[in-house]
Amino acid sequence: MPSVLPLGDPAPADGLLPPQVLDGVESRKFGLYVHIPFCAVRCGYCDFNTYTATELGGGASQDAYASTAISEVEFAVRAMGASGLPHRPLSTVFFGGGTPTLLPAEDLARILTSAVGHWGIEAGAEVTTEANPDSVTPESLLLLADAGFTRVSFGMQSAVPHVLKVLDRTHTPSRVPLVVQWARDAGLAVSLDLIYGTPGESMADWQTSLETALSYEPDHISAYALIVEEGTKLAAQIRRGEVPGIDDDDHAAKYELADQLISAAGLNWYEVSNWSRTPEQACKHNLAYWRGDDWWGIGPGAHSHMGGVRWWNVKHPTAYANRLGEGVSPAAGRETLDAGTREVERIMLEARLGTGLQVDALDKVGRHAVAGLIADGLVEPAAAFQGRLVLTLKGRLLADAVVRRILPE
Amino acid sequence: MSPMARTAPVPAATDPAIIRNFCIIAHIDHGKSTLADRMLQYTGVVKSRDMKAQYLDRMDIERERGITIKSQAVRMPWELEGTSYALNMIDTPGHVDFTYEVSRSLAACEGAILLVDAAQGIEAQTLANLYLAMENNLTIIPVLNKIDLPAAQPEKYAAELANLIGGDPEDVLRVSGKTGAGVEALLDKIVRDLPAPVGDPDAPARAMIFDSVYDTYRGVVTYVRVVDGMLHPRERIQMMSTRATHELLEIGVSSPEPTPSKGLGVGEVGYLITGVKDVRQSKVGDTVTNLAKPASESLAGYADAKPMVFSGLYPLDGTDYPVLRDALEKLMLNDAALVYEPETSAALGFGFRVGFLGLLHLEITRERLEREYNLDLISTAPNVEYEVTLEDKRVIHVTNPSEYPTGKISEVREPMVSATILAPNEFVGAIMELCQSRRGVMGGMDYLSEDRVEIRYRLPLAEIVFDFFDILKSKTRGYGSLDWKADGEQVADLVKVDIMLQGEQVDAFSAITHRDKAYAYGVMMTGKLRELIPRQQFEVPIQAAIGSRIIARESIRAIRKDVLAKCYGGDITRKRKLLEKQKEGKKRMKMVGRVEVPQEAFIAALTTDESKDKAKK
Repeated sequence: MPSVLPLGDPAPADGLLPPQVLDGVESRKFGLYVHIPFCAVRCGYCDFNTYTATELGGGASQDAYASTAISEVEFAVRAMGASGLPHRPLSTVFFGGGTPTLLPAEDLARILTSAVGHWGIEAGAEVTTEANPDSVTPESLLLLADAGFTRVSFGMQSAVPHVLKVLDRTHTPSRVPLVVQWARDAGLAVSLDLIYGTPGESMADWQTSLETALSYEPDHISAYALIVEEGTKLAAQIRRGEVPGIDDDDHAAKYELADQLISAAGLNWYEVSNWSRTPEQACKHNLAYWRGDDWWGIGPGAHSHMGGVRWWNVKHPTAYANRLGEGVSPAAGRETLDAGTREVERIMLEARLGTGLQVDALDKVGRHAVAGLIADGLVEPAAAFQGRLVLTLKGRLLADAVVRRILPE
Repeated sequence: MSPMARTAPVPAATDPAIIRNFCIIAHIDHGKSTLADRMLQYTGVVKSRDMKAQYLDRMDIERERGITIKSQAVRMPWELEGTSYALNMIDTPGHVDFTYEVSRSLAACEGAILLVDAAQGIEAQTLANLYLAMENNLTIIPVLNKIDLPAAQPEKYAAELANLIGGDPEDVLRVSGKTGAGVEALLDKIVRDLPAPVGDPDAPARAMIFDSVYDTYRGVVTYVRVVDGMLHPRERIQMMSTRATHELLEIGVSSPEPTPSKGLGVGEVGYLITGVKDVRQSKVGDTVTNLAKPASESLAGYADAKPMVFSGLYPLDGTDYPVLRDALEKLMLNDAALVYEPETSAALGFGFRVGFLGLLHLEITRERLEREYNLDLISTAPNVEYEVTLEDKRVIHVTNPSEYPTGKISEVREPMVSATILAPNEFVGAIMELCQSRRGVMGGMDYLSEDRVEIRYRLPLAEIVFDFFDILKSKTRGYGSLDWKADGEQVADLVKVDIMLQGEQVDAFSAITHRDKAYAYGVMMTGKLRELIPRQQFEVPIQAAIGSRIIARESIRAIRKDVLAKCYGGDITRKRKLLEKQKEGKKRMKMVGRVEVPQEAFIAALTTDESKDKAKK
């Protein structure tokens, strides 16, 4: 998650949620996100809320972190119950970071076990952890699988050493096929994360990364254009002219190459930056974000959503641990969305999906824009005639512009 | 040294022999207002503790820019050798655009203080006003100001002034408005050197209007100089140009707050209030007489203000149109030179075509509209008025390129000006180059002093209204000064250049230019727009054309990527807020066909590079 928190309303200390979260709760799934705010090295492009091991102490330290996270799980159970929300088993769980696998696998297992103990878990639920190729072993992956993890998402980013260097990634590319095999052996589904458009990356470099990743036959690939966030080391390097800046046309060409090669390898796009081998192998946890389901985000800076109420925790791990130690909600702020705003979010998120969005659920402005979008080659005509707005390849690259054209006035 | 007057002469009962009417001719920042403030203080009409810097300049913009837009008159007592005198100081507008108003202020005086910065010497507009004063047979008192400055060169500039008006450099007074040095001596000299006004007290009343100001509470306040006879409160007066009659509700003098009097007699200067609400009913230069006993002949010199420069003013936000309309109506009450009419632009929506005396008048008006009425405005490139004769002999007056006729044209005439430029002689070459590139014809050149020259050119007005002054300033490192006045018209080979986005003509960017400059304009404007208009989802050709002939083209490549790569749980709120902001931004876009053009592009495209730099400072 980006490190800059939004401005919102104050959140109550007891974590109680307004009654509107109960409306339609039966139709919404419930997921859990667990943020692990640690990294071995801070990457130059990363503006996520993460810290290196030596930066923190007390309840925020790596050693104590699992216990602190579990205390938020317990807080969540109490607050949701007190708010009148019905008991719902977990549908998806996602451990992200940071580098979750910097914590001992036992710690990750302990947090998961606590959550499952309180809420229960659906049969066939998806439980993912992100991992750095450097920080897993065959043993740790087995332990995670035994604890209930079903899926691992490796931050491969690139197969080209000079690109990894600009990104400050420390792993050696040759380690990736090993860890993929270990994960397979442990029975875990495998996703690979790639980044394109890194300063200095040629089209040939990107093709190498794609072909290398695809040669490992992952179940799922995420490919993200590099975003240079304000305040990162990379932003400063670009500003000082030490590395070249970002070029949107280069990004577009690389996205087109990614879509071409990944599709040719038998994976299909189901969201602008995500491809899976089968629809079942799409990341269900992320789909829950895009479909407006409920989730509770555990950890400093983590975001949560329940029925149109969004909130986010205090950013610093020490402040976060202190709040929980005092039995107080770690939320820094929240916003309660009105119907119009929820509709804007729905359109904004669903438009990015391979399943698209229902045309007749748009208002008059949105429905009238569809013909122009077809004419401009931005949405699939066949799907549109069947009542769904699905982006073309060109449309995916211009998804934000499409959304602006179909939003209510 | 004279003491402050113990008793001040009473208005309506003052012998013309003890009246002295004068104005101060000075360049914008040569310290006129500071000197005037010092005089108010020394004569005791403003207590020292009430002094607010530049007391006479009332409007904020005037104070900030250090210039006087609206003149006023102040009556001050001053005692010399046992006699109390009444001194009327008539403040004059200090800019080239207001030449006519200056001429009327001068006509109300017997003398003028020629005030020149002792570190800078005389400037073109001051010189022009000095010539105007000399034509009006005013007695000139040359004064060097700011003698306290380390950079002051009083000997050099005293010689320059003496050379200009005749006389001895020793006679040039040296003062400092800032410290007050020499100001009392100047007041004494005004009494000694300036002639007293002369008029016939028994003749029918004749008073010349030299200024009129709209006041929210009192209506129009008219400033007059009585030439003959006397005006009294409650009597009916008549404006001789329009024959309109009014009741004189109040008459008095400013000292400097308005003070009602029993009337105004020969040579006196003061104000009238009749209850009218529009300065157009009290025109500068007009003669006021008594309805019961009217004068047969009005005073000479009256003329209607004539707009020279036209620009379209459009609200950035179309819903502000009524606010702009009301604001112009109000400004017009106080500005007899302002004319406007509604206008529609395909690109900019509803607005007004507004006529101004000159570019400064335009800038001040626009700034007042934005500041006092909280408006965001786009002003189109300034235009002059062309007289177009068609082959069928019909004559059309064009103040907006979009009105330029498309049919067969037999002749186009454009307004001309005679311009005077003063600068150090090292810049003569640069100035000549500039004027020639603007189709100027040299009229002559004189040395004011050994290193300063006066250069005279006849130029098309259209060539100086846009960026001429800015370029002159930069080519002369700030030392060049300019004055101009209307000087007939000429036949010229002019064409209209249209700018098209994706084949759609954008009226706001059209221009009427000389045929030789059409290509340069086309290249400049298409290049500028290519930089200013963001990439769209399709390629956008930009073309410049004369009629159907394309003379320049550029193209904006289609945007290929407009999507945020990641949109996970924590990104959603941020992403939505960005979207709302973009949506809001879209409202500030003008649609030209299918092309979204940001308002900023219109502003930037219609602004010269020099004035953009100025705005940044």
